[in-house]
Amino acid sequence: MATVKTLVLRTAGSNCDGETVHAFEAVGSKVDLLHINRVVEGQAHLEEYQILAIPGGFTYGDDIAAGKIFANELKYKLTDQLQAFFDAGKLIIGICNGFQVMVKAGLLPAVTLQNAEQQVTLTNNDSGKFEDRWVHVKPVSKKCVFTQGIEQPIYVPVAHAEGKFIPRNDDVLNELKANDQIVFQYVTESGEPADYPGNPNGSVENIAGICDPTGRMFGLMPHPERHFHPTHHPQWTRLGLKEEGDGVIVFRNAVEYFR
Amino acid sequence: MITKIEIGVKPGLPQSQSATVKKHIYDLGIKSIKAIDHFKVFYFDGELSHDDIRRICESLLIEPITEHYTIDAPLKDEDESIWNVEIAYNSGVMDPVVASTMKGIHDLGFSGEIHVKTAQKYHITGALSTDDKKLIVDKVLMNGLIQHAIQPDEKIFADPTPYQYKRVEVDLLDANDDQLMEISRTGQLFLNVDEMKTIQAYFKKLGRKPTDIELETLAQTWSEHCSHKTFRGRINFNGEIIDNLLKTTVMRVTRELDKPWCISVFKDNAGVITFDDEHDVCFKVETHNHPSALEPYGGANTGIGGVIRDPLGTGLGAKPIVNTDVFCFGRPDFPRAELPPGTLHPRRVFIGVHAGVRDYGNRMGIPTVNGAIFFDDRYVGNPLVFCGNVGLLPKGMTEKKVKKGDKVVVVGGRTGRDGIHGATFSSGELTSESETVSSGAVQIGDPITEKKMTDVILQARDRGLYTAITDCGAGGLSSAIGEICESTGAIVDLEKVPLKYKGLSYTEIWISEAQERMVLIVPPENEQTVIDLFTSENVEATVVAEVSDTKRLQLRYHGDSVADIDMEFLHNGVPQLIRDAIWTPPALQESSFPEPTDLTSDLKQILSSLNVCSKEWVIRQYDHEVQGGSVLKPLVGIENDGPGDAAVVRPVLGSNKAIIISNGINPKYGYIDTYHMAASAIDEAIRQVIAVGGTLDKVALLDNFCWGNTDKPDRLGTLVRASQACYDIAKVYETPFISGKDSLNNEFQVNGESVAIPPTLLISAMAIMDDASKAISMDVKQSGNSIYIVGDTKNEMGGSHYFDIHNYTSNRVPQVDAPNAKKWMQTLSKATSDGLVASCHDCSEGGLSVAVAEMAFAGGKGISLELQSVPNSEKLNRNDQLLFSESNSRFIVEVAPVNVTKFETLMQDIPCACIGKVRADDKFEVIGLNGKKIIHASIAELKEAWQAPLRW
Repeated sequence: MATVKTLVLRTAGSNCDGETVHAFEAVGSKVDLLHINRVVEGQAHLEEYQILAIPGGFTYGDDIAAGKIFANELKYKLTDQLQAFFDAGKLIIGICNGFQVMVKAGLLPAVTLQNAEQQVTLTNNDSGKFEDRWVHVKPVSKKCVFTQGIEQPIYVPVAHAEGKFIPRNDDVLNELKANDQIVFQYVTESGEPADYPGNPNGSVENIAGICDPTGRMFGLMPHPERHFHPTHHPQWTRLGLKEEGDGVIVFRNAVEYFR
Repeated sequence: MITKIEIGVKPGLPQSQSATVKKHIYDLGIKSIKAIDHFKVFYFDGELSHDDIRRICESLLIEPITEHYTIDAPLKDEDESIWNVEIAYNSGVMDPVVASTMKGIHDLGFSGEIHVKTAQKYHITGALSTDDKKLIVDKVLMNGLIQHAIQPDEKIFADPTPYQYKRVEVDLLDANDDQLMEISRTGQLFLNVDEMKTIQAYFKKLGRKPTDIELETLAQTWSEHCSHKTFRGRINFNGEIIDNLLKTTVMRVTRELDKPWCISVFKDNAGVITFDDEHDVCFKVETHNHPSALEPYGGANTGIGGVIRDPLGTGLGAKPIVNTDVFCFGRPDFPRAELPPGTLHPRRVFIGVHAGVRDYGNRMGIPTVNGAIFFDDRYVGNPLVFCGNVGLLPKGMTEKKVKKGDKVVVVGGRTGRDGIHGATFSSGELTSESETVSSGAVQIGDPITEKKMTDVILQARDRGLYTAITDCGAGGLSSAIGEICESTGAIVDLEKVPLKYKGLSYTEIWISEAQERMVLIVPPENEQTVIDLFTSENVEATVVAEVSDTKRLQLRYHGDSVADIDMEFLHNGVPQLIRDAIWTPPALQESSFPEPTDLTSDLKQILSSLNVCSKEWVIRQYDHEVQGGSVLKPLVGIENDGPGDAAVVRPVLGSNKAIIISNGINPKYGYIDTYHMAASAIDEAIRQVIAVGGTLDKVALLDNFCWGNTDKPDRLGTLVRASQACYDIAKVYETPFISGKDSLNNEFQVNGESVAIPPTLLISAMAIMDDASKAISMDVKQSGNSIYIVGDTKNEMGGSHYFDIHNYTSNRVPQVDAPNAKKWMQTLSKATSDGLVASCHDCSEGGLSVAVAEMAFAGGKGISLELQSVPNSEKLNRNDQLLFSESNSRFIVEVAPVNVTKFETLMQDIPCACIGKVRADDKFEVIGLNGKKIIHASIAELKEAWQAPLRW
């Protein structure tokens, strides 16, 4: 089987890097965990990898807007490498803070690294506070590489203060729908659109994750890497241990895509 | 040129910050606010054009979809009807946003000298008096210790006063006792007269006056905070001489038990035990009480930041993997009119402390998995903030090595004038003047600096680049370098320490407790590699000293000697304290009252009491799952909102081996007898370990004593009692203490009278669980299952919640029958590991009734109980005693029908009986001894009673 290489890219304040590395390794990828400075300096190159993962965390403390400084580093220092990575048909996933980074860097909802206007954002939760809770998300998009084969809602945790998805305007939202770019929506256990706390942040149209028009760039607020091991499920002591966590398929799909 | 940027949320979008402020003002009792607008303000000073500023705003500072901005103009019209107030940090206070902003600006390609300052601006509309405005500013918008309201003529970028070096000597060689104490007091040294005389004698022998920095170093090293003089002193306890309370109680039990899995105890920054073949785990809990009393957010923030550096500074550096936090506050609805002068309202303390812990832990990416909050009005003037951290350390990395010629490298944040006198300040009592006198002790943390420092330290560790590491905590570099080079000596060049701003004296550099710094001992051949490695991730690393072999601490400032003292005198010269301690048994009135016929409302009232009710509002705001090891979360059950017992975490992904973290604390019992309070706290922490499926085989304990002023014999007497219980109970359970901490002098002056906090002992437990998939949660699982109680219920109503809600008193405090309890716990562990237990809950505050009710509503199923068969050796004949007694060492266990026979056979020799069944409906019913229904409610009612009080 072909070796699939994943780069988990971290910087000051990345903090879900360990479990993201573990998730990709567990589904058979070779994984490097690198500080962005190594790529900027040229000690490592994106072209050596098929998958780029931007893990969760509070990069630079989210002191300005969540993910903004890391997004600028990508946008201004790795513009060409990212464009080439995308053009080569490779995959990028951004989880939580990584999703925030992707929308601010111009990697979502479409790859527009050159000075394009930001189209969507993730802003303060309606509740006004950081919340860690489990949510059901329903798969919508048929084109997202990472969610192929997910038919039913999956159960995953969110843990963020700035996760409310807002498009710049209705045109942007309509385009996301028209292009089948809405990957996950917050729903109730039975699959109906959820209100708070099922929609934990007040996201427009309950959007929890989107992809680009190719389905290869994917960002989401929930943490699939935190529902990986069967004992992650908050009710495993009630329901028994599953074969694997609901989030595993997201990582496996990415690796399988290159096989 | 100074440019001012205002950033606000675009019209029509929710303003969460404004809504929060509005709510807090309303809570103050000011109800005339019509509207609040909040703006983020940035000031820039530097060579930047208007276009540059615009680019910085649009590419960095604003969120283009939700925010808009103006340059050098108000974002929103201002007129007379609007009260316009702008809050900024005082100069010298850490503002983490500034560092991130500078990084972002440099990334945009700007270089040259640019200064940034931030502020928060509010437009407030509504009829407000001058007093209202003052109240709003002081109580909601800022803390005067670290912030101020910007004045119209204020210079935003004040030039720091440059420092003029002058070596300062203190003339104490001929001072008499009074003069010595005057020197101690004015210098904020907090040294007593014996200690001052010892110092005087030492310098007389040297034939010279001490310098200011030498006195500061001694004061800090000899502070109660750093040297634990009380615990290590001699105590005359009711006529019995105790030489070193610590060594004769908590340390003694560890020595006598001599467990092979205890790797490093009581000597490093955290206690270390074996985890698996490749790793050890270490655990430390500390307090940050006085700073949190003055500035709750910053105090708690730096409390958790500080304790994270303990495992990081243990051995060669452990990876921080778990946080745990326990708080003691006054009631959040404490009457404002009764607030002692100089104190913050408990609600503000609560919200601030919680936010401080949340923001630091979440940003560091360390899950906060466990905690507790205890409310009692005796903490109003002196809240307690316990912060704990667990670290994971590769095997064989517990020993540090320091040798002559090694370089002493400071890594992480820069040194500023923050936290001066923290160690000595925390060793004294709080007064209403503490705010002004000790404001330097208050700091704000910068978690991202700590996070990036941690990331690199772990890489440097794994590459073997340094041979020792320790944290800069209380006492700063003085404490860190003084301790790590204790057996060798060191020569320090103070001017080499990187500073946040100019103007620090050599003494300030040395004793600053600026956060987010660690000290490494690096062999000279690795010096450049270490510096390069840290630099490669934008972390500063600087050689500030060299290890010597003189066994002297030698400090220089630009080559001039400013201190030269023997390590031996510094570390062992403090005269042993001799103190009297007395203890008199409690003599509370035994309340006598008829038994109520219906106890439903009593149960609801207890469920609604602050110390029992749901803490979901607090817990949800902590990331309790980051790092991916969560097995049992703090909230469990069918709706993920029931009160879990201990936390279970798998620190090594890919392995099923886990750690269990729990805590025990109950100061109510200490009002009666601190011996039984301590015994109960140990029992509670261990019970939680057993309840989630752990065993007694590998349980390590930590002690954290927070007491009043132990110079007073009655306070010291209760400390002795508690310590004695620690020995007695841990000895029987075979659960060694591996580390601990004490915080004494937790008293507050009110009208000239000193009020002590209740004696408070937090016991934290860490246990090893071989197979996480055998963990048990507390929520009931299946209707038709049987409910058992394990353990003996006694008439031990003293300090119980039932007595509390009725204001009854009793001396019958819950005791621990450790030899028997050990057998019960071991048997229950066997049942759990055999898979016979469907759910299990520790029976603690509120007794049997609360434990069973919690299991029912967490599992979403009703329960029927009959009290007739509850095992009780005292043959109790009252339902309220059976339901609400808080006897220790008891568990409620749910067993499926298929396992009943096996379970009963296993438990046949210990007190254990079936007392009820899980129902198919939502009813909670208790049949009393007389066969009559004494409690009947729906689980929804009970859950609502439990959830309502702190649903903020």
